[in-house]
Amino acid sequence: MAVIKNLDELKAIQSQTSERIDETKCRILICGGTGCLAGGSGQIYDKMCELIKDDPDVEVHIGPEIAHGDVTVHKSGCHGFCEMGPLMRIEPQGILYTKVKLDDCYDIYEKTIKKGEVVTRLLFSKDGKEYEKQDEIPFYKKQTRLVLENCGQIDAENIEEAIAVGGYQAFAKALFTMTPEEVVKEITESNLRGRGGGGFPAGRKWSQVAGQKEKIRYVVCNGDEGDPGAFMDRSVMEGDPHKMIEGMLIAAYAVSAQEGYIYVRAEYPLAISRLRLAIAQAEERGLLGDNILGTDFSFKLHINRGAGAFVCGEGSALTASIEGNRGMPRIKPPRTVEQGLFAKPTVLNNVETYANVPMIINKGADWYKSIGPANSPGTKAFALTGAVKHTGLIEVPMGTTLREVIFDIGGGIKGDGKFKAVQIGGPSGGCLMTPHLDVNLDFDSLKKLGAMIGSGGLVVMDDKTCMVEVARFFMNFTQNESCGKCVPCREGTKRMLEILERIVAGQGTLEDLDLLDELGNMIKDTALCGLGKSAALPVMSTLKNFREEYVEHVVDKKCRAKNCKALRRFVISPELCKGCSKCARNCPVGAISGQIRNPFTIDYNTCIKCGACEDACAFHAIHIED
Amino acid sequence: MKYMTINNRKVAFDDEKNVLSVLRKAGINLPTFCYHSELSTYGACRMCVVEDDRGRIFASCSETPRDGMVIYTNTPKLQHHRKMIIELLLASHCRDCTTCHANGTCELRQLALQLGVSYVRFKNYKEQVPIDETSPSIVIDQNKCILCGDCVRTCEEIQGIGVFDFAYRGSKMKVTPAFNRKMSETDCVGCGQCRLVCPTGAITIKTNFRPVWEALADKNTRVVAQIAPAVRVAIGDKFGLEKGRNAIGKLSAALRMMGFDEVYDTNLGADITVIEEAKEFVERLEKNENLPLFTSCCPGWVKFCENKHPEMAKHISTCRSPQSMFGAIIKEEARCNPKDERKTMVVSIMPCTAKKGEILRPEHYDDGEPVVDYVLTTSEVSRMIKEAGMDLSQITPEALDMPFGIASGAAAIFGVTGGVTEAVIRHVVGDSTSATLADISNIGVRGTAQVKEFEVTVGDRDVKIAVVHGLKAADELLTKMEKGEVYYDFVEVMACKRGCIAGGGQPLPFGPRTKNARYKGLYKIDSKSQIKISQDNPIVMNMYDTILKGKEHKLLHNQK
Repeated sequence: MAVIKNLDELKAIQSQTSERIDETKCRILICGGTGCLAGGSGQIYDKMCELIKDDPDVEVHIGPEIAHGDVTVHKSGCHGFCEMGPLMRIEPQGILYTKVKLDDCYDIYEKTIKKGEVVTRLLFSKDGKEYEKQDEIPFYKKQTRLVLENCGQIDAENIEEAIAVGGYQAFAKALFTMTPEEVVKEITESNLRGRGGGGFPAGRKWSQVAGQKEKIRYVVCNGDEGDPGAFMDRSVMEGDPHKMIEGMLIAAYAVSAQEGYIYVRAEYPLAISRLRLAIAQAEERGLLGDNILGTDFSFKLHINRGAGAFVCGEGSALTASIEGNRGMPRIKPPRTVEQGLFAKPTVLNNVETYANVPMIINKGADWYKSIGPANSPGTKAFALTGAVKHTGLIEVPMGTTLREVIFDIGGGIKGDGKFKAVQIGGPSGGCLMTPHLDVNLDFDSLKKLGAMIGSGGLVVMDDKTCMVEVARFFMNFTQNESCGKCVPCREGTKRMLEILERIVAGQGTLEDLDLLDELGNMIKDTALCGLGKSAALPVMSTLKNFREEYVEHVVDKKCRAKNCKALRRFVISPELCKGCSKCARNCPVGAISGQIRNPFTIDYNTCIKCGACEDACAFHAIHIED
Repeated sequence: MKYMTINNRKVAFDDEKNVLSVLRKAGINLPTFCYHSELSTYGACRMCVVEDDRGRIFASCSETPRDGMVIYTNTPKLQHHRKMIIELLLASHCRDCTTCHANGTCELRQLALQLGVSYVRFKNYKEQVPIDETSPSIVIDQNKCILCGDCVRTCEEIQGIGVFDFAYRGSKMKVTPAFNRKMSETDCVGCGQCRLVCPTGAITIKTNFRPVWEALADKNTRVVAQIAPAVRVAIGDKFGLEKGRNAIGKLSAALRMMGFDEVYDTNLGADITVIEEAKEFVERLEKNENLPLFTSCCPGWVKFCENKHPEMAKHISTCRSPQSMFGAIIKEEARCNPKDERKTMVVSIMPCTAKKGEILRPEHYDDGEPVVDYVLTTSEVSRMIKEAGMDLSQITPEALDMPFGIASGAAAIFGVTGGVTEAVIRHVVGDSTSATLADISNIGVRGTAQVKEFEVTVGDRDVKIAVVHGLKAADELLTKMEKGEVYYDFVEVMACKRGCIAGGGQPLPFGPRTKNARYKGLYKIDSKSQIKISQDNPIVMNMYDTILKGKEHKLLHNQK
């Protein structure tokens, strides 16, 4: 690949590539997101390649080389609609096939590719309506995909495709038509706020770094997305790595940094390999390295793999980890903008924040501010998971209500359950309930409710979810991931976990609830880092909003969600029991006895509450006592 | 001048580096576990939290003071949080306070009392780990560790060794040598500086008083004590004596009452060290070979040099340390006196934990026998005196035994940084008039600067000297020397900052004021003593004609 020496060459590549893509008769884009890969999209990809290969009339090009034949197969990034994966998009028609299986490939090839017919059974359908076009599916229709715009639409392993859809144009604009100060000003005016959780204005951060005396500066990208169930950043890194790299380049230009690091957790091998490829291609093309686009601006980008510590998502722990030290937050001041990586001024933003930057430079701060509320403009990507029909990766304007997200985009609660709560912001966040459904999702509105946007995890819970168990789950996570440095987080979370374990085991007391509150407040007030301060939030917010569930656990020894194993009590309805003895034969501890053709009974002293009897009973005579 | 309001009172401050320092200046001594002014700020114990007028709670150790700040240090919320932090620490801590080695000095226990923690609502489920007793100097009991990280930072930042670090996450975190190694498998030099900062009994002195008690009770053993310079100004600490007061007379009486047969002064060994080291130095200067000469009195330093700068170890003086020279002489004297059928046992009373390791080294053995049998630290001897039911403050001082009870003032200052060098210079100059002595003391050898450099004229040559204390500083100096950035003819190194007065075996607790008192105490002994130069010590000079004659090399230098 030739080095792009100036703006004209960049523009030429853009127009050539997009022309080529437009000329292509048919493009098959198979979702290469981790969810779909796990669902077998890799094999589907191989199969499609094989099918096309067998056809002597079709020319096939795969991989980094841009295809110029009639049909090409690409491994694209996450399409977002993970619940319906593996996904396959057929262009130019824009058809989205869902839940594609290996056996479907032949049909797709024969009908859609060859004859242009639609395989209706693979289309997404809701309420009897089949959606042929991806854009018409409610899941996509209600979204505003700006950061994720190209995810699933372009070949993530090919820089030309990124350039074709406008990649590196914003950087070129900044480099050739703006001074670094103007770039900082534009970002400041756009009021872009950090998408990593804190919501700190990115422009202010940049201008603080730009104003430091020290001339060696770093631009660091936080890709250590550790919240359970969150995969927004991963999708960007896997689906559109160049957008994020471009954002970092603009940041580097704005603050005159010479070097940058992307800190990615090692659990994201696909993201790492795609970033590696993207960096290598950008270097080859002269978009990274020395004298970029023929100017005297140089920027080198490195990838640093994290070993999977949640705490390394905290700024000072992250820089410590890059430096090769134990990933532990340190006291501030000095702040990262003054003394960050290698004790030099450092811009540290997360993946999504950087991915927002190019469009702000391209379209201007005013355009950006027109999306969402004034104090939190732009869009936010969320990982929608849990008891919702359409789990997946979504992007909506800030200020969208929870109701729209869960019921319109997410399609409502799965099965026959009722909405109970949503855990927002991961283990550092809190839970929102029915009265909060119409609250706007933005930084400030959520903070008022004791919750936070966090990095964007949304775990929807229905009435089959036990809130005490949810609190225990998150506390277990936080305790395991505590770095152990400060006493409140290290010892406090351990004790909170012990208490919660006691409560779900039916051994809690009312005093335990007060102790939880006491510990939670102490941790919130005194912990060293942001993660520590918010470690108790899931417990405190469930304790506040679902206190009656906690009280039921400790006083009545009951779990209304029938979730806590120790509090379950299986009963055999005598009127339904046929006395077949199947339950007794399946009981691993011999707790069930009775006479054939008479109702059986359970000996509760022996019963281990495993539920094998309930599963075994053919007459639905066994259930958990209400 | 800037002001902040602390508990509704206006307090002036100027360049204090954090709010905690301002608070302490204002007389509010907030409790801390992990804050030490000499170490980097770690901010982990969260005991020093304060509240501002907006209800924000933050750690005062890591907050920069700002003009107009309004701070409260004792609101009910803060009181509650502090108490809870102590409760949490106690909950995961071994609570065998009554039988703990740190009983009486434990800061955790002290703070529990001070803050009125009257209950612990949590059980200790922590897995108990075996105690590490593999080091001859210190004992590590991880079960008592509260993870304040003071030892980690002391070893790394002051001593430049980094024996320990944190391992594992969350409540499983612990302080341990790399790869869970035993202390004996690490580069630990045994200086015991970590023990000085440990707020609990997690790091304690490896004690040796049991076998000494047994020997004292044994009529067939002649137990000889020798007392190091820095012991005399610290032994009174635990008995309410004025800080830095010379209590050698009282100590000598107490030791006799405990059953020691003879009580001598290690300072005599120091006088001989001065003479031998000066001899070696002048020889090397004349031949202009193997320069610089490194002092060899400090075992922590010797081991550090061997570990970290092995190629420089050849510069270390071949002289034994004062305790070994003295021990060797006592053992030799016993060999020359076969009429006494008792077994001779030499017990050194030292401010130092590394000395416990030094006596085990093969070069400190003569004819297969250790020149010193046991090292007791000042702390251990304090405990022994108490165990024997004595109170040092009530004991009438007694003189040391003769003939090895006379020493010069030059030997007394061996206990502070720069003391050895000053003593050697006095000896080389050889003039004990007060004017000359004053000149020498003003040459740049005194004071607490990390590295002191100066020149002295010996014969027709300007000799370049460096005095350094603290191993990190020594490490940096040696690295510069290796690179050829600096050159010296003579380098004195003491492993502990400020010298033996702040040795790892000294009684706890002690802060800057006590260190200062001990420092002054030793110089006071020097100024009061009639003999100022080692060669003026009549006993020493007589020994060269008698017991040492022809055996100087065997008894006074390392047997490698």
